[in-house]
Amino acid sequence: MYSLFAVEKLTTPLEERGDIVTVKGLNKWFGDHHVLKNVDVTVKQGEVVVILGPSGSGKSTFIRTLNALEEFQQGSITIDGIDLTNDIKNIEEIRKETGMVFQSFNLFPHMTILKNISLAPIWVRKWKKNKAEQIAKELLERVGIPEQANKYPGQLSGGQQQRVAIARALAMQPKIMLFDEPTSALDPEMVKEVLDVMKTLAESGMTMLVVTHEMGFARQVADRIILFDHGEIVEVGTPEELFDHPKHERTKAFLSQIL
Amino acid sequence: MEVRKNYETVAMKPPSSSLGAAGWVKTNLFSNWFNSILTIVASVLIGTLIYKMTGFVLSADWAVISVNFRLLMVGQYPVEELWRIWVGLALLSTLLGASWGIWKGSIGRVAMTIGVLILIMTFVPFITLNTRLLLGMNIALLLGTYFVGQKIPKVKIGVLTLWLLFVPFVITMLNGFGFIPAIRPGLWGGFLLTLLIASVSIVCSFPIGVLLALGRRSKLPVVKWFCIIYIEFIRGIPLITVLFIGQLMLPLFLGNGIEINNVMRAMTGFTLFSAAYLAENIRGGLQSLPRGQFEAAQALGLSQPKMMGFIILPQALRAVIPAMVGQFISIFKDTSLVAIVGLTDLLGMGKKLIANPEFLGKQMEVLLFIALIYFIFCYLMSHVSKRLEVSLGLGKR
Amino acid sequence: MAKNTSTVTTPFWRDKKIIPILLQLLFAVAVFIAGYYFITNAISGLNQMGMKLGFNFLKNTASFSISESLIEYAPTDTYGRAFLVGLLNTLRVAFCGVILTSIIGVFIGIARLSNNWLMSKLATVYIEVFRNTPLLVQIFIWYFAVFLTLPRIEQAIKVGPIYFSNRGTAIPWYETHASSFLWGILTLIGVVVAVFLYKFLMKKEIETGSRKYPFISSIVSILVILLLAFMITGKGPVNVTSPIVQGRSYVGGFTISETFAAILVALVIYTSTFIAEIVRAGIMGVPKGQVEAAKALGLKNGAALRLVIFPQAIRIIIPPLTSQYLNLIKNSSLAVAVGYQDIVSIGGTIMNQTGRAVEAVFIMVLVYLTFSLLTSLFMNLFNKKFQLVER
Repeated sequence: MYSLFAVEKLTTPLEERGDIVTVKGLNKWFGDHHVLKNVDVTVKQGEVVVILGPSGSGKSTFIRTLNALEEFQQGSITIDGIDLTNDIKNIEEIRKETGMVFQSFNLFPHMTILKNISLAPIWVRKWKKNKAEQIAKELLERVGIPEQANKYPGQLSGGQQQRVAIARALAMQPKIMLFDEPTSALDPEMVKEVLDVMKTLAESGMTMLVVTHEMGFARQVADRIILFDHGEIVEVGTPEELFDHPKHERTKAFLSQIL
Repeated sequence: MEVRKNYETVAMKPPSSSLGAAGWVKTNLFSNWFNSILTIVASVLIGTLIYKMTGFVLSADWAVISVNFRLLMVGQYPVEELWRIWVGLALLSTLLGASWGIWKGSIGRVAMTIGVLILIMTFVPFITLNTRLLLGMNIALLLGTYFVGQKIPKVKIGVLTLWLLFVPFVITMLNGFGFIPAIRPGLWGGFLLTLLIASVSIVCSFPIGVLLALGRRSKLPVVKWFCIIYIEFIRGIPLITVLFIGQLMLPLFLGNGIEINNVMRAMTGFTLFSAAYLAENIRGGLQSLPRGQFEAAQALGLSQPKMMGFIILPQALRAVIPAMVGQFISIFKDTSLVAIVGLTDLLGMGKKLIANPEFLGKQMEVLLFIALIYFIFCYLMSHVSKRLEVSLGLGKR
Repeated sequence: MAKNTSTVTTPFWRDKKIIPILLQLLFAVAVFIAGYYFITNAISGLNQMGMKLGFNFLKNTASFSISESLIEYAPTDTYGRAFLVGLLNTLRVAFCGVILTSIIGVFIGIARLSNNWLMSKLATVYIEVFRNTPLLVQIFIWYFAVFLTLPRIEQAIKVGPIYFSNRGTAIPWYETHASSFLWGILTLIGVVVAVFLYKFLMKKEIETGSRKYPFISSIVSILVILLLAFMITGKGPVNVTSPIVQGRSYVGGFTISETFAAILVALVIYTSTFIAEIVRAGIMGVPKGQVEAAKALGLKNGAALRLVIFPQAIRIIIPPLTSQYLNLIKNSSLAVAVGYQDIVSIGGTIMNQTGRAVEAVFIMVLVYLTFSLLTSLFMNLFNKKFQLVER
């Protein structure tokens, strides 16, 4: 039987699981501007990592680098055993393994919701059309909007669009989901419906990297929190460690501004 | 940036491959084999073009331009009356300089551009010393009034009034109209005529364009449909037919009582033509205004004309300034069409020169010179228009 | 103060309902008076010249010659037929112009977006130079300074099979022979088969999820059918005739007159600068996020271009593109300046011969208005069909 979220929920404790994402000594420049400085991150299978930090701290750039949407100059990125190099084949493989959800949804406005979701499975995974559309419908069910299948993105609310975007990314059966501020472009009353979908996803055992400003979500769902500032990692820890006993001055400064 | 001390890692320089001249060349010219082929093809193309062009410029006989320079610039305008044109130019320099001083910003760009143009003119080899001096005086005027405008902003109202009167004043000067000896428009020609037709038709078509735009949005069906038909009719036919209508049918329509000359007919044609296009630009500006502006104005109790005059039109016109500059550029280019209906504007004069057996075989020189003049003006204007767009914060919505 | 509101009479000059009607009435009367004045003037003017408005003159003999015509025409034909020749000549230059300018415009637009710095700068210079110079000046340059200064036909320049001289440009052309018809039929069949095969295999590929090579198959199928045609007929589809110079004229091939060449080249280059900017704006108009989303889903560059970018860019491009095509058609009226006999040029000749200015201008206006009406009709249909659905 096909499992919808295509991941198995592991029961082993986090520290005994294998690494699925390994980032070592990552450096990136925009021209002369040093945007990522010696970033080291490892993510275990099924782990939910939330990345916090002030705007302009490089957290979005970091998560986009993982999906090869941004190039980097130094360091190494390994995802599910595949090295992210300049080799186009590797990049394609990695993009098949990772799903990405953007701040501005980026649904394709000229296609129906169903087409949006089934597009990549048909053209990249080479699935049969029937199968792809079947799965698309089930995914829409899972994100709570099955009745919108034949509408166009422009006809949906922001929250609904973002849920479609999550379904679209999941349709590729990724092993890792990357979220780049998924709720920042939403009206307040729509934030919850999207966060709820993300919580369900986390509970089902999906490995997730989430850049967000939603502190409640971070505290509740995250296994680990990474704080970025000025392009480098300032502090890493569990939500309790970070929120309740921050070690670093800059963490304290950041939290005092947010909370 | 005061927390910089806390940094655990010091900002490093990026690896050399992505920086410096070599890095730039690699990413922009030779990033892969296809890119490299493009670079080679483009280099060969550019090399040949430059080689051929320098060859032509050096071997061509430019005497045809220097001999006929005055004809190309002002046509057969009598030499002893040329002072009228100089007065017009001096007034323009004064106004531009003063406006630059008072308002700075975009008008400064226009002023500087025209100043540079005049400066370049001063160095053209084949003009007389007198002309050179007069041009120099204009630059002095431009700069002088700039400082005056900067120091004494009170002249604002005066400058504005003078701007409004500028075109009518220059026309009166050039024509005479009985105040000073008349010079019939048949003698106007060359670049002077080109500029005159373009400015007069833009100035005259502006109010008509505003009325047409408002009319097209009017709630009164008769007015609305009249405006729609007019605008779409004009936009649907080529300019040359509008000029034919102006040249052949206007005298017929006006009857025997009113006599108008060729130049006036052409100006009428251009005005009617450009009004329709301006109207569409202005309508675009009106549509870009949020409904809230209309509602807020009505809620404040402003009457319809007051709402339009004080709230809506100023905003709409500001939004369409770049589009209107674009319209001016295309009218400026289109004035060359009067050469077809027999006027001797810049291009018409060029055509006459080509037909003159004395200058046989000099077509390329004459036409390229004319093209260059048009190009310089249009390019500068479109440059200014792009700048305006940026400085008005438009195009980013 | 229990006055019945219905008995209170609002003075009519303050009534919100009546004012608009009065205003419109006033406007209509003003327009009517102006129109009446113009038209009576025109009629009395024409009467003084001893003419009456009317289109009967179209049946008179034209008695002037037309050097280029798509249909049979002799000076003994009527003015009406002369107008038709002019219309066809306008359509000819417009048709060739639209096709060529689209190709060049798209090419320049893409070059402008190129990652290659030199290419994009070259394209920018091309656009700036040709769009900032009046079209008529460009037409004059091509006509007076390029095509007319080519050597006389006796010393024609030969580039491959093409001759250039001031008598026009002669290029190789085709002549049909007995088997051409069969070739045509088979080619048509080939194209139809290829299209169906492509659609069929593509559908299969999507449904079954395994590769079926639709593009290669359709190309192969068309090649097979063309080979079949060659084996049946034993010769090529048409005879190619190359021009040669005989005395003072070209024989064989197809001769492009210097007037047609000048107006076409100028129109194509001038319009292509605008099309290039439209293409560029269209491609840039697709938000960056769309490309990123397509990439993030793992679509390859080709698929992303075909499925995501192109369908969105084309929606932005088509409306301004159509109005550029219309501009090209309207600008082709400048042909009159170099004597290419399009509808305006022939209309002008007829005006000079007959003095029928009003009627001739009326016919020209009618023709161009029909063009623009058809264009806006097309645009509305397009917008209705392709507009993105919004809330």
